[in-house]
Amino acid sequence: MNVELRDPNIIMKLTRLGSFHQSRLSFLRSFLSEFKDWKYKRDLFDLDQEGYGTAVYSFKKNARVYSLICYANKINDDERSDRVIATKWDAAFTLHDGVPLKDDIERLRNEVPKQEVGRLSYKELTLSRANKSVRVFDHVVESLSNGNQPNLELLEKVGYLYRTTAVYGSGKFGLADRFRIQNREEINGPFRLEMMLVYLVRQFTFDQVNHVAQNRNPKLAVKLDPEICRNLGIGNSTGLGMAPFIVNHPTLLNNWILSREIALKKIREIKIVKTKDKDLFKDCVKNSLKNITSWNTESEYQLKKIKLLLNDIRKFINFLDNEFNFQKDYPFNEIYLWLEKETCEECIEYVVSIMMEPYGDIVRPLIGQMSSEEEKYFNIPTERNVGDLKKILENKYSYILKINFKTKGSNQKFWFISKNKEEPRLANRFEENGADLEQPLAIARDIKKLYERLLPLKDNLKINQFLIENSDLRHVVRRAFIIEKFPYSEIQDNTIGENLVPIDMLRLKLSFFGALKFDPRSDKWLRICMFQGAPLPNELKDYDEQWVYKPSFKL
Amino acid sequence: MKSLSEIETTAKRASRAAGYSWGIAEEVGKSIRISELFGFPGIKHLNQYYQNKKKKNFEEIKLINKINKSDGPSFCPIILGVNFIDQVKNVETLTKCSVENLAYPLLLLPFLSRGSEIIGKKLFISFDDCKFLLNFNVSISSNFWNKEIPMLANQIEISFLNNEDNFSDQDWKSLYKLAEDTFVEETDSLKEGAAGAGLTDND
Repeated sequence: MNVELRDPNIIMKLTRLGSFHQSRLSFLRSFLSEFKDWKYKRDLFDLDQEGYGTAVYSFKKNARVYSLICYANKINDDERSDRVIATKWDAAFTLHDGVPLKDDIERLRNEVPKQEVGRLSYKELTLSRANKSVRVFDHVVESLSNGNQPNLELLEKVGYLYRTTAVYGSGKFGLADRFRIQNREEINGPFRLEMMLVYLVRQFTFDQVNHVAQNRNPKLAVKLDPEICRNLGIGNSTGLGMAPFIVNHPTLLNNWILSREIALKKIREIKIVKTKDKDLFKDCVKNSLKNITSWNTESEYQLKKIKLLLNDIRKFINFLDNEFNFQKDYPFNEIYLWLEKETCEECIEYVVSIMMEPYGDIVRPLIGQMSSEEEKYFNIPTERNVGDLKKILENKYSYILKINFKTKGSNQKFWFISKNKEEPRLANRFEENGADLEQPLAIARDIKKLYERLLPLKDNLKINQFLIENSDLRHVVRRAFIIEKFPYSEIQDNTIGENLVPIDMLRLKLSFFGALKFDPRSDKWLRICMFQGAPLPNELKDYDEQWVYKPSFKL
Repeated sequence: MKSLSEIETTAKRASRAAGYSWGIAEEVGKSIRISELFGFPGIKHLNQYYQNKKKKNFEEIKLINKINKSDGPSFCPIILGVNFIDQVKNVETLTKCSVENLAYPLLLLPFLSRGSEIIGKKLFISFDDCKFLLNFNVSISSNFWNKEIPMLANQIEISFLNNEDNFSDQDWKSLYKLAEDTFVEETDSLKEGAAGAGLTDND
């Protein structure tokens, strides 16, 4: 049986992309899998009694070493902010390529805590900072120093001791350019070094909290139970900075989505499902309920989605237990078709992710295809003609071509870069200044404009001639020729319309990171949790691949 | 040190601010990155050009011909560069072309370098005393390494080089003969077992 890949016109809609969930393809899970046989070490832990100072952690294999350098600093409560405009953080981190010399640690001590206004070198790979969840951190210190384990209910509600507010890589602020490291096999997967940084930061937060508690009451203090550590992750506050990334990297976006789609297609094409695979799938679906019921948010938008998801997952479990027979041919195809008919988008994508759990052999080869050599597709094939371009637009942007951009509502928003923080922002075109400095992220509008300009032209006119008088649309001509080869490279929606929910764009990216518990704080930023439930560094050699779906705190 | 990623992003944004479309600004970002990667002062010349552009007009070459002359203002290297990439397959058929009165010729170089990769031919560029050999966008050789490159080229010549060897037949034969010393003489029995042995090829 041949199952078709799903239609990009459906999958690339923002409501669908904003319903994606983590899976075996997610970067934090593929990072753990890649680095499980690397040697983990805490090389330096030089903190004072209050937990301020320097620490270094490393992963090593053969001659290759990656070292996380942590700088924990004292800040006042009124200086602590998760906004990107903050200038001080409880801790700042960089991932250094190799073993840092004393000189490196001193050089970086002056730069890393400054973050965006500091300067890194080609020897540093990623950069980040994080703030304590003061309520949780203080409670854990207090409990441990009195010889008790902390209140699990509080920990479950928050899920972490620290929150990062940005993780930078790929040449930002002087960090190493991607080309310097792109041939290393161990990082042949997107964002692998960013994932490593966050993972090691998580360990630092446990070591720091233990250290402070121990110093506060050396006689009575106990260490945080490893079982509790495992069920804590790292929080993250994410704003609009992530959204333009997925528009600006079309081939990369394609490769992420295409890998997911190929995995689904192959799973739907499995004729006979082995009992152990069926059992694993069903276990994961059932165990995953705790990920939904422990998903805390005050966002009405998200609460509604969670409620729908929970209802649909319960309905699905009932269907699996009482109506469905895995003995029939192509059972996952049947399941998929049932989901499409009976459940919401959030549930469809949730179960699609879980379908991958038994099939590491299908997923693993796809992970290596999730990067992209974007440079290869930059040049516009200008020897092609207007007729070719019209056809591409009609075939690949059929939904977008139907949008009426003459209405105010479909043009309401514009993307710009803020002057004070050089971060992407979104504003109302009719209420705010700056629309003349709009970023080229209104792809749907510009594609439609391109189509309208092509319509009266002769089909045999060459693109190089068209571009001479139409250079204002050059950026979308390039994209159109990219989507011809990469069907999932474009969001099939209006990114400037009045109904845009920007966090859908963030959620898409965060799901590929492997984030859990999306907690929208507005329509423009959200909090998430990463690595919650993941093995600790000293457990990596032999861990349960389905850790995401294992029960967490035993309350 | 600035990373190439920072160089590309800043050049792109500055180009948009200088009045080019986003699509052209993307091309400039990519080209300045190449220029700096190959060790040429792309950022310096781009900055000077954009400062100058505020005060002066520059002529745009839209369709590239064998001889391109401007009797008025000097030509804009950015528009020429972008059109060169777009039209390179046509321009190649001219074998050689020239541009008179070109502002900031260094800014044209990375575009030509990218053109060399697109058509798979080396390009030879000369203006004033400066000579450059563009090798498929893999490298640029120059007799002007580390010297001040002029801000105006009175006449720039662009030649498309045929794909020919850089060495003589004699040099090749001599080296090949030496390479043959790594081969082993095959016995008759080994020849009988080699691929295709024992079959007729007209089956």
